[in-house]
Amino acid sequence: MNGPHDLGGQMGFGPVAPETDEPLYHAAWEARAMAVTIAAGAMGAWTIDESRHARESLRPADYYSSSYYEIWIKALERLLVRHGFVSAEDLASGHAETPAAKPKRILQADTVAAVLARGAPCDRQVAAEPRFGPGDAVRTKNFHPEGHTRLPRYARGKAGTVEAVREAYVFPDSNAHGGGEAPQWVYTVVFSGGELWGDGADPTLRVSIDAWESYLEPA
Amino acid sequence: MSHDHDHPHHHADHHHDNELDPMAARVRALETILTEKGLIEPAALDAIIDTYETKVGPRNGAHVVARAWTDPQFAEWLGQDATAAIASLGYSGRQGEHMQAVFNTADTHNLVVCTLCSCYPWSVLGLPPVWYKSPPYRSRAVIDPRGVLAEFGLVLPGTTTVRVWDSTAELRYLVVPMRPDGTKGWSEQKLSALVSRDSMIGTGVVDVPEALT
Repeated sequence: MNGPHDLGGQMGFGPVAPETDEPLYHAAWEARAMAVTIAAGAMGAWTIDESRHARESLRPADYYSSSYYEIWIKALERLLVRHGFVSAEDLASGHAETPAAKPKRILQADTVAAVLARGAPCDRQVAAEPRFGPGDAVRTKNFHPEGHTRLPRYARGKAGTVEAVREAYVFPDSNAHGGGEAPQWVYTVVFSGGELWGDGADPTLRVSIDAWESYLEPA
Repeated sequence: MSHDHDHPHHHADHHHDNELDPMAARVRALETILTEKGLIEPAALDAIIDTYETKVGPRNGAHVVARAWTDPQFAEWLGQDATAAIASLGYSGRQGEHMQAVFNTADTHNLVVCTLCSCYPWSVLGLPPVWYKSPPYRSRAVIDPRGVLAEFGLVLPGTTTVRVWDSTAELRYLVVPMRPDGTKGWSEQKLSALVSRDSMIGTGVVDVPEALT
């Protein structure tokens, strides 16, 4: 979707604000927000793609005025309600008022280390050979789906070069919406600054994205 | 719940108001609800927090970089199969399942961003800093990387290629900065202490502090 999250090339946000000796968290609740998001995700009810889409579906004014952990929590509430774990009554009172759906699993403290060390690899076997190879000239498609996609707006309809064939990964545009993993080959595609940003672009700039095969056509 | 406000809202006040901070209350309520329903175990949350406070952070990445600087065979492996090479040092898992190392050279400086969210190589760098997840960095890294780097105090020669990696898929990037001059014969451990988090994102380079020269 052309949501508030798709920030590449937008202007007006001001300078970057690096902090010297930045603390891991800027408030105690941020640590709990991070951990509760991971623990709730471990229930196995939604995919990382659905959770990303929940975050980018916040209204733009809300997204831009929220810190990143605020975005996580607002999206997490929506996911928990959508999947039947939490109700509006629960959120209104701050306590369990209604029964919850049954999760696939509940993350236990003694398995946290193993679960985090394993992660959730998204590479899959596919029968098809990669359509493109290193050095191939490609053009990204120009599309504007209402659902989730990982092709940023600034890189749509642009001519680039395949630099590397990666692996076949779960396809977020499908997986975010319950359409299945539908894995596709992923390629690192590099663009010149001029192709992306036109006249006045930094002549020394090269930008790459990682693009699923269906984002690309031969150029 | 509406978050629209008809009057100016002073976000800065939140930092001084722990008890009444609406986000603190909101997160506490959510954790309470999920705990009461038996959907999460609070001790598991503690273990997750402890992992990223004490076990997983930029020292992991610095170890990888220092090994690459001192062991050419490891550096070659890191370039070809970063996931396996990094796992051989004990770093793997969440937000580092698929890794790619990109090496700075005299001609090319690498910079990593995620314009669409906050993808970051947690297994080697830990939790991302706030600026990495915020609109100024995410919006400008791909269109004005030199301007961004200048805000970190880094000015590159005008002839250097600036290569920006937008992490749009599940591949996570680790920048291997150039080994600084004047470190011949240094141990892996001594080198590792030089490697900053920012140098592995690409918003910094590695210098030898004057005190060590």
